[in-house]
Amino acid sequence: MKLTDISANINEWFDGSGPLADIVISSRIRLARNIAGHKFLSRCSVAEKSEILNKLKDTLMSLELGDKVFYLSVDKTSLLGRHFLVERHLISRHHAFGKGPRGAVIAQREFFTAMINEEDHLRIQVLKGGCQLSQCYEQINRIDDMIEQKVDYAFSPRYGYLTACPTNLGTGIRVSVMLHLPALKMTGQIDKFLNATRDMGLAVRGLFGEGSEAAGDFYQISNQVTLGVSESDIISLFENAIIPEIVEYENAARNRLLSKEPEVLDDKISRAMALLRNAHLISSQEALFLLSHLRMGINMRERMGASTPAIEKLSGLSDAGRGTDKPETLSITTINRLFMLTQPAHLQLNYGKQLGPERRDALRAEIIRSALHG
Amino acid sequence: MYCQNCQKKEATIHLTEITDGLRTETHLCEHCAQEEGIAVKSQLSINELLSSLLASQPSDDETFGDTKQSISCPHCGSTLEQFTKDAVLGCPYDYEAFQKSLAPLIRKAHNGKESHCGKVPSKTSEGTKKQMELMKLRRKLETAVQNEDYELAAELRDKINQQEK
Repeated sequence: MKLTDISANINEWFDGSGPLADIVISSRIRLARNIAGHKFLSRCSVAEKSEILNKLKDTLMSLELGDKVFYLSVDKTSLLGRHFLVERHLISRHHAFGKGPRGAVIAQREFFTAMINEEDHLRIQVLKGGCQLSQCYEQINRIDDMIEQKVDYAFSPRYGYLTACPTNLGTGIRVSVMLHLPALKMTGQIDKFLNATRDMGLAVRGLFGEGSEAAGDFYQISNQVTLGVSESDIISLFENAIIPEIVEYENAARNRLLSKEPEVLDDKISRAMALLRNAHLISSQEALFLLSHLRMGINMRERMGASTPAIEKLSGLSDAGRGTDKPETLSITTINRLFMLTQPAHLQLNYGKQLGPERRDALRAEIIRSALHG
Repeated sequence: MYCQNCQKKEATIHLTEITDGLRTETHLCEHCAQEEGIAVKSQLSINELLSSLLASQPSDDETFGDTKQSISCPHCGSTLEQFTKDAVLGCPYDYEAFQKSLAPLIRKAHNGKESHCGKVPSKTSEGTKKQMELMKLRRKLETAVQNEDYELAAELRDKINQQEK
């Protein structure tokens, strides 16, 4: 399989489906594991790393995952290809730009990735659209059991699964949800929310772009404590306490905008529409920022029945790129596609060659203009 | 205390700055603090966390037999010093080799917790599984006693006695 086979389309977990998907874009669970009898990677020779890689690659490729899987030798993948895999959330930045023999086993429908020789020998993840943490865990636990039939994991009764960094010790689990919180940002409450989340011992990061800057009002929240709490307790904390509360706050902020400050809301949406439909050069940061307002507008119409002049105008736009079976109203999938497909590596991979920043900005603007036709 | 900017709301953000020995204090409400671009940042990166934790530990040889310089892991040759630099350990045995130094760090990183609770590989021997089950029951017992839930505590005590037979 080639990367271009998937780069022209959006990932399944980002197609706008799934419970609470207007706010909870996706759920992800990752497990960190190491093979018993081997050193951690920082002390491994290239030969030992290759041995681990081959052993785990063979094991993973032989599993019955309910989907076609393909293997990528990450150290032999082009720089553009590696950037693409990061944008796609298939591998981590650390894995993409690390050192030594390393690989990734990826399910074609992109719900599953195994990173071999990242920080630990093995990191497996399952990703699903919307709020589906229990389903993610059920699936990843089954995959973990299958792997464990074939290899021995480093495990201690006291510390659980042993990981290269003590911060992942115990369950080795990282539970994350990716959230879209434009109304909390717009109403100036986002810092309060971020601080409360951090006070609960959770990590908050941006979803797109580099560093921790949350471009496009997308945030990723994950647990930090992995020892002394069971997998199910962590998941239930997210599903029964953290997520419902955040969703309630974001919805309350959206309702408040609609009832108390409709002109503020319409101003943001209209300005975003005007810029996106007319710009001839647009950076990925600016595109994320503006698309976020459109995404909120469409979701408010679909989920809350909101109707303001700007929202009505927005939903009248249609995706000209779809040809004959174009939808009557602008769909959330179209907006989500724009978020993903206008990322720098996606643009270049789909264009077929490397492009400088200015050429990328022009191409990005062109794609957005043609999608928001009407 | 009222916000020194708007003079209307209660000041909840208190900022103390020391520049060239001069101390200035700013007291703002949440809204004004945000306007001024003062965000409360409380998150440390993993590396910062690890090195600050290790640095804050006493390096007295009597307290810690395995000081950074003297001990290296017999299996992989890693030292604690290397760990503070890389933030990753050399091999699974490091957890035993550096146990004394790592234990307080692990406790701090995991919110006071110091032993595993959760999935156990199915291949783990029955003896180990039984030991882990006992550890889990004892932890539950401690919590029950703390919460003064004596009915649950008695139940757990019975279970523990039964398992230990």
